[in-house]
Amino acid sequence: MSDIKIKDNAEQMINSTSDLHHADPHQGAEHHGAPKGYKRWLFSTNHKDIGSLYLWFSLTMFFIGGAMAMIIRAELFQPGLQLVEPNFFNQMTTSHGLIMVFGAVMPAFVGLANWMLPLMIGAPDMALPRMNNWSFWILPFAFSLLLLSLFTEGGGPNFGWTFYPPLSTKYSPDSTAMFVFSVHLMGISSIMGAINVIVTILNMRAPGMTMMKMPMFVWTWLITAFLLIAVMPVLAGAVTMILTDKYFGTSFFDAAGGGDPVLFQHIFWFFGHPEVYIMILPSFGIISAIIPTFARKQLFGYHSMVYATASIAILSFTVWAHHMFTVGLPLAAELFFMYCTMLISVPTGVKIFNWVSTLWRGSITFEVPMLFSLAFIVLFTIGGFSGLMLAITPADFQYHDTYFVVAHFHYVLVTGAVFSIMAAAYYWLPKWTGYMFNERLGKWHFWCSLISVNILFFPMHFLGLAGMPRRIPDYALQFADINKIVSIGGFMFGLSQLLFVAVVIMAVRGGQKAPAKPWEGAEGLEWTVPSPAPYHTFDTPPEVK
Amino acid sequence: MPDNNEYAKAPKNYYVPASSAWPLVGAIALFIIAIGAATTVQMIGKEGSNTGIPILFVGIAILLFMLFSWFRNVISESMKGLYNEQLDRSFRMGMLWFIFSEVMFFVALFGVLFYLRNLSIPWLGGEGNNAMTHAVIWADFIPTWPLTITPDGRETQAMPWYGLPLVNTIILITSSVTLHFAHHNLIAKHRAKLVTWLAITVALGITFLFFQVEEYLHAYQELSLRFDSGVYGNTFYMLTGFHGMHVTLGVIMLTVMLLRVINGHFTPGKHFAFEAAAWYWHFVDVVWIILFLFVYIV
Ligand code: HEM
Ligand SMILES: [Cu+2]
Repeated sequence: MSDIKIKDNAEQMINSTSDLHHADPHQGAEHHGAPKGYKRWLFSTNHKDIGSLYLWFSLTMFFIGGAMAMIIRAELFQPGLQLVEPNFFNQMTTSHGLIMVFGAVMPAFVGLANWMLPLMIGAPDMALPRMNNWSFWILPFAFSLLLLSLFTEGGGPNFGWTFYPPLSTKYSPDSTAMFVFSVHLMGISSIMGAINVIVTILNMRAPGMTMMKMPMFVWTWLITAFLLIAVMPVLAGAVTMILTDKYFGTSFFDAAGGGDPVLFQHIFWFFGHPEVYIMILPSFGIISAIIPTFARKQLFGYHSMVYATASIAILSFTVWAHHMFTVGLPLAAELFFMYCTMLISVPTGVKIFNWVSTLWRGSITFEVPMLFSLAFIVLFTIGGFSGLMLAITPADFQYHDTYFVVAHFHYVLVTGAVFSIMAAAYYWLPKWTGYMFNERLGKWHFWCSLISVNILFFPMHFLGLAGMPRRIPDYALQFADINKIVSIGGFMFGLSQLLFVAVVIMAVRGGQKAPAKPWEGAEGLEWTVPSPAPYHTFDTPPEVK
Repeated sequence: MPDNNEYAKAPKNYYVPASSAWPLVGAIALFIIAIGAATTVQMIGKEGSNTGIPILFVGIAILLFMLFSWFRNVISESMKGLYNEQLDRSFRMGMLWFIFSEVMFFVALFGVLFYLRNLSIPWLGGEGNNAMTHAVIWADFIPTWPLTITPDGRETQAMPWYGLPLVNTIILITSSVTLHFAHHNLIAKHRAKLVTWLAITVALGITFLFFQVEEYLHAYQELSLRFDSGVYGNTFYMLTGFHGMHVTLGVIMLTVMLLRVINGHFTPGKHFAFEAAAWYWHFVDVVWIILFLFVYIV
């Protein structure tokens, strides 16, 4: 990556692309800027428009899922049942999890991939642009179906985002079939999106853009897409068997017919653990782009980054039962999965080491994307450490299904995945909109988020260690004070995110004009095109030396 | 592999297709299918007519119409020579990764089969440290495979591997060979032979499906082997059923290829769609061989 020398300097590139743009139209594509009206968005084959659609969709889902989290924290503000029925509380925890995982984090990454991958590898668009639009448009329908199920008689899914049977079979609401089919739709969308990403990266790179020159974000997405294609079908199998167990009298997960509920957990987590890496590998790519820019140094250890990412992907298929230490696995299995889990933190550690080494003696400045990235490194590491604690089988007997686990995965997912998405949004907003965002407001957003997120999630570690179980609307009195603090942190974090919306909308509407390369230390092809990126870029491939 | 000369006149630029309404129509179709299927399933065993079924059919009809129109669009663009070699590679890679996703779906289902056979059923019979599970819950349970008596006492009979399943295995393997002949004749420019071999392949595929229906009828009526007969019936129908759906899709793909071949489409150097359908067919064949081995024989 670091040894990419763009053939022409930025200015020349801009001129040449826009010249060729007119000189060399070819049949089939509309080459005269964006089509007008609703068709532009509904029928799009443009990676930038589809990327924006994904990002707006993700932001919407982030607030819907966030509103559910606010309900959860309001109920848990005090011990005892006050605001909502326990069954509704369960629907909130379930939908919150499903929406944040499949509706907010994953589509945000796909949106970033759509926008940035072609720009980073010098391609004019994604490899299969129509399929791209199909994968996007499935999503709003999938989530409408999921949300619709909340309004049916008997309510929506209430068995947790992990939908363990018999909760999701014998004891689940009538609407479970809606949940199953909405997950199927999400899966179809993800698989098509992932195929598109892989094919784009393998087949659409500009001449000279060899694999080992690709930016880390491209590498991490390549491997993420592989994971997606490998495990989304397994999730499809899992929901299908839940469907037949509930409605067609099969006994896959019912011992009375020869099945086993633990079998479900194996299938689910065979999907589920790679899934958590699907939600963090693109973050690693984003951070690996931002840290070098604002440290004004090349990324330390590019090759080791690539190999670490690949080994994380492979190892992620061998650790799934760390979610099942307490179900009564044979001892050999407990040991195997414990050691594999610990092993996977080694490549993760390599990455942290590389980022810190990149910062070492850099001339660092603290623009908003950098602030989020630095926070990511520190706070994601906290999540990694709590993960290591959970990986110790005997210790996990104590921590499992407590708020300690909730603290763990919110550190890796909120201060990890979500913070990296925020960082990416701030980093590339000038490229997308053509305007600099409001730096002051962005900093406010960062500091408010940073403080509140820690008030929200850090005390959860103590709640968990003291034994407070997760997913229960009521709790013992001794947990009252900490829960109050946690809830206050939660409301603060929720409100802080409104600042983000303000920053984005302001940047879309106008402001100070952004140059082609707003960050002086930035490298990569995306900065060689003007800001905002023209509707069609790299019609003629750039040459990468 | 494509003959590079075929693309000599193709646009050298990257190809970005014109915008299209079909993806959105496809998303709407899937939405209607999902609503229809969910309603159908939720109304099973309830009073009154099942309102989900008509919704489901409307959705499927729209989806088929969408696929037809989308593919017609793509085929005509391809016949006009708008597509270049790079796009051909994209299509190839896309198809291979799609097949990989299908492989993983079957991996999950086979994983279930192996887990049940080798772990959970022996455990229910008291193996390992599960003696008390056995003694306390279902002391009379005898762990066997095929599981003809479930722990809660449902009885069924096993499907033998000889007879229809064996015939079907031979049919499917033969069809892979005939398809291979068809491909050879496509490259050798022997149209008539190509049509014959391809038609034989499609006929074999349809025969396979016909016998599978026969087999299911036999299982339900004479063996009382049902979808809800405990995990033996569950895995039997799940694996053969999903495989059957894939055969159906494969037959449809090959039929479309047959029609296109009859209409003079494809050249020795440029016939990605044909190859994609062939890959798919061979994949379905391989799945069947594994399935025949582990569901029927061992
Ligand atoms: C150093 C790396 C990591 C280790 C060693 C690790 C370990 C673990 C373990 C052992 C559990 C199970 C705890 C229990 O249920 O008792 C767990 C749960 C979880 N982890 Fe991690 N983890 C790591 C990184 C991550 C990352 C990067 C993510 C996501 C971005 C993640 C997301 C989750 C989630 C969502 C759960 C909870 C799932 C649930 O039960 O709902 N983890 N982790
Ligand atoms: Cu895990």
